[in-house]
Order: sequence, then structure tokens, then C-alpha cells
Amino acid sequence: MSGILTPVLIVAVIGLVCAGLLVVASKVFAVEVDERVTKVRECLPGANCGGCGFAGCDDYAANLVEDETLPCTKCAPGGAAAAEAIAAVLGRDAGSVEPQVAQVMCNGTCDKSRTVLEWQGLQSCKGAKGWFSTPNACMFGCIGLGDCVNACEFNAIGVVNGVARVNRDECVACGSCAAVCPQSIIQLVPKKSQVHVLCSSTDKGAVARKNCDNACIGCMKCTKACNFDAITVENNKASIDYSKCKSCGMCVTQCPTGALNTLKEMTTASFAKLKENTDKAIEKKKAAAKAE
Amino acid sequence: MTNLIIIFLSIVFVNNFLLSQFLGICSFLGVSNKMSSAVGMSGAVVFVMILAEAVTWPVQQILDKFGIGYLQTVVFILVIAALVQFVEMFMKKFLPSLQKALGIYLPLITTNCAILGATINAITFEYSFAQSMIYSFGAGCGYAVAMIIFAGIREEKMNDLGDAVPAAFRGVPIILVAATIMSLSFMGFTGMFQ
Repeated sequence: MSGILTPVLIVAVIGLVCAGLLVVASKVFAVEVDERVTKVRECLPGANCGGCGFAGCDDYAANLVEDETLPCTKCAPGGAAAAEAIAAVLGRDAGSVEPQVAQVMCNGTCDKSRTVLEWQGLQSCKGAKGWFSTPNACMFGCIGLGDCVNACEFNAIGVVNGVARVNRDECVACGSCAAVCPQSIIQLVPKKSQVHVLCSSTDKGAVARKNCDNACIGCMKCTKACNFDAITVENNKASIDYSKCKSCGMCVTQCPTGALNTLKEMTTASFAKLKENTDKAIEKKKAAAKAE
Repeated sequence: MTNLIIIFLSIVFVNNFLLSQFLGICSFLGVSNKMSSAVGMSGAVVFVMILAEAVTWPVQQILDKFGIGYLQTVVFILVIAALVQFVEMFMKKFLPSLQKALGIYLPLITTNCAILGATINAITFEYSFAQSMIYSFGAGCGYAVAMIIFAGIREEKMNDLGDAVPAAFRGVPIILVAATIMSLSFMGFTGMFQ
């Protein structure tokens, strides 16, 4: 009898000691969690995308409660609804949220831009850029191997006709695509802005034009056309001040190359259609090449 | 002193926990995709291993006294789990910054076989207290070395392989292949110490 009693007793005692220690520890070392943190956390969508600049939703909630000056509008996926809910919990003004979307600043589609080599290595933009400047003639444009597509957790970006395009319905402006783009040509822009300079080339006009039909050649026509002083040309490239731009489209009518472009609102439906069409076109091209 | 150094070096390189003894493989494959998390996990493992060794060695003496050394596995799991919980509570209160750095990895380690392996091995080899402390520190360092090298390989070369890998090998299989090759390279250390 005592053969089994000793081990049972000893293990039980060790277990009890551990349990007692943990109970005491949980009382002694108890950390008070501000209940507002839990409430704020419930207002956030829980995408943990990191778009607010903090390590996930929990971290943002904790920082919101701690730091009174931190704006509660930083959550892009939650948008205005989340900001209002947070403001209600914390008793502050919500402030206005300007909805943003990611925008790829390149229009060098397969048919308009030139390539200098066929990249058959690692199918990633970072890989291609690591070996050569880029497979494209233009050193600044979209490589189109889809690093941004892989980075997007919301399935809102796709490579269409050799250039990444953002689906404005799905994009929550978390900025993870902009972070991985080795060319740094993805920017977060106000969602309501319809006109963008779809070129990132700072090459001189003639060179840029040689590389891509849609390149910005820095001709300054758009700056003259703009009634709101919203466009400036620097380093052979136009750029738009979105706080002044009214999306009137005057500049687009003057642009000789198609670098300045009015984007029709990219909705899920139109995005899918565009993708389907170009996929078909690419397949046709491939089939034709094979036949040859 | 030389004895201690040999114990340390042989557990780091020759009998590396991850690559020669195959303990703690789950975290080796799971957490090694990013360098930052690999470093955090390694730090937590070194920390917990030393603590666990310091606690389980005296516990083993108690068990031996009553002649129930065969219960070490059960008792060690119990003690280590309670210990990690306790340490986490303690850190939350007094060392919040350390808790933030190691926090999410600590519960993962509670039931990690590498920890239990290190404590039981030290008993099996009949090490003294000082020797077993060095042994567990070395085991943790060996874990960190393998983990950090592998995380570097994965981050640099393996995160977006895409079409370069045959379909059947995508995902975990190619990671296992890479781990195998790395393990083979560590075989070169065999026989360094007698």
C-alpha cells in the first residue's frame, strides 16, 4: 500500500504547491486592465493589418486609451464607423476620416511599354529587381510580377496587362502593398480623387517616351491647364496636390501621352471584367506565339 | 572548467537540439519564417530552459530521495508549466517591456519538448547542478543558433519561391528539405569532442 502512497502523495503535494503559488501570484501580480481598452478593441474590425502603424488591433486600442492626442481615425478598414464608435467610448470628437485607397503610379501596360529582357527567374518583383534594374526598359515602372498581390490580405490588387491595378471597392488602404513594392510606386491617395499621374519615371522626356508610350515627359501642359494650381512638375514628372485637385479632368485632356489619367471608379465588377479581358488577350497572344 | 566548456560547445554544435536530436521541431518550422519572431522565440527558449533547469534539478533530488525518480516526466511537465505561468505573471507586473518582447512565445514554450528534453537529459547524464545549468544554457544557445540561421535562410531565399518549386514540394515539404540539408551540414561537427 505504501508503495503507491508515497508517489501519489508527493506528486499531489508538488501539484498543490504549484497551484497555490499560481493562485497567490495571480492575486499579487494582478495587473489592472483598463476596461476601455477592451471596449475600444471591440470597435475595431480585427483585421490586424497594421495599417494604423501599430502592431495589430490590440496594440492600437491600448495606445488609443493611453495617448489622448492619438487620432482615433487611423483604422482604415474600420473607416468612419469605427472612428465614431471609438470616439463614443473615449468621449472625444471623431474627426473626419478621409477614405483612402492604394494607387499604382504606373500605366506602362504590356502594349504601351518596352521590355529589355525576358525574366525567367524567381517570379517576384523583388527577385527580378535584385538581379537587374528591372526587366522593363523603364527603370521606374511596375514590374508586374505581383509582390503586392501576395502582400494584399484583402484580395484587392491584381496584375492586369502587366501592371498592378487596385480594386477600389475592396481596398482598405492598409498600405501593405506599398510597403513591399520594390519600385515604391504604390501610394495611398484620397478615394474621391479621380485624376492621378500614372507614371513614376524621372527620366528626361525623350528617354521616358522611348521606354513607354504612357510616360510623363514633363512637358508642363498640365500645369498650365490646371485652374487650381494643383499640378507641379519636378524632376521631369508631374505630381498632383490632392488637397487642391478637384478631379475636373482639364489636365487629362491636355496630356499628350496618357500619363495623366482619369480613372473611372474601379469597382469589383469592372475590375473582374478588365482582368478577364486582359487574361484572355494574353492567352491569345501566348497561343499565337506557340503556333508560330 | 574545461569540462563545462566542452559540455557547452558539444550541446551547441555537435548534439544540437534541433538538428541532431530533433527536439522542438514544431517551433523550428513554425516560427522560423521571420527573423524577428525567430529571435524572440530563441530568447524565450534560452530564458525558460535555464529557469526550468534550475527548478527541476532540485525537484529531481527530492524525487530521488523518495525513490520515485521514474515519475520525473510527469512531475517535470507539471513544474515547468506552472513555472512558465508564474514567470509570465511576474513579468507582466514588473517587467512589462520584457513581457512584450517574449510574451506571445512563452505559452508556446510551456509544453515544448526541447525544454523537457534538456531537463531530463541533464538528469540522465548525471550532471551536477553547475554542469546542468551550463548544459541547459548551451541547449538554448544551440536552439537559437539553428533557429536564427534557418530563419535567415527562409527570409532571404524561401519566402516567395512561387513557381520555382514543383507543386508537390510547395509549402512545408520544401521547408523540411531545407531543414534536412541544414541538419546535414551540422553533421560536420560530429566527433569534435570526445
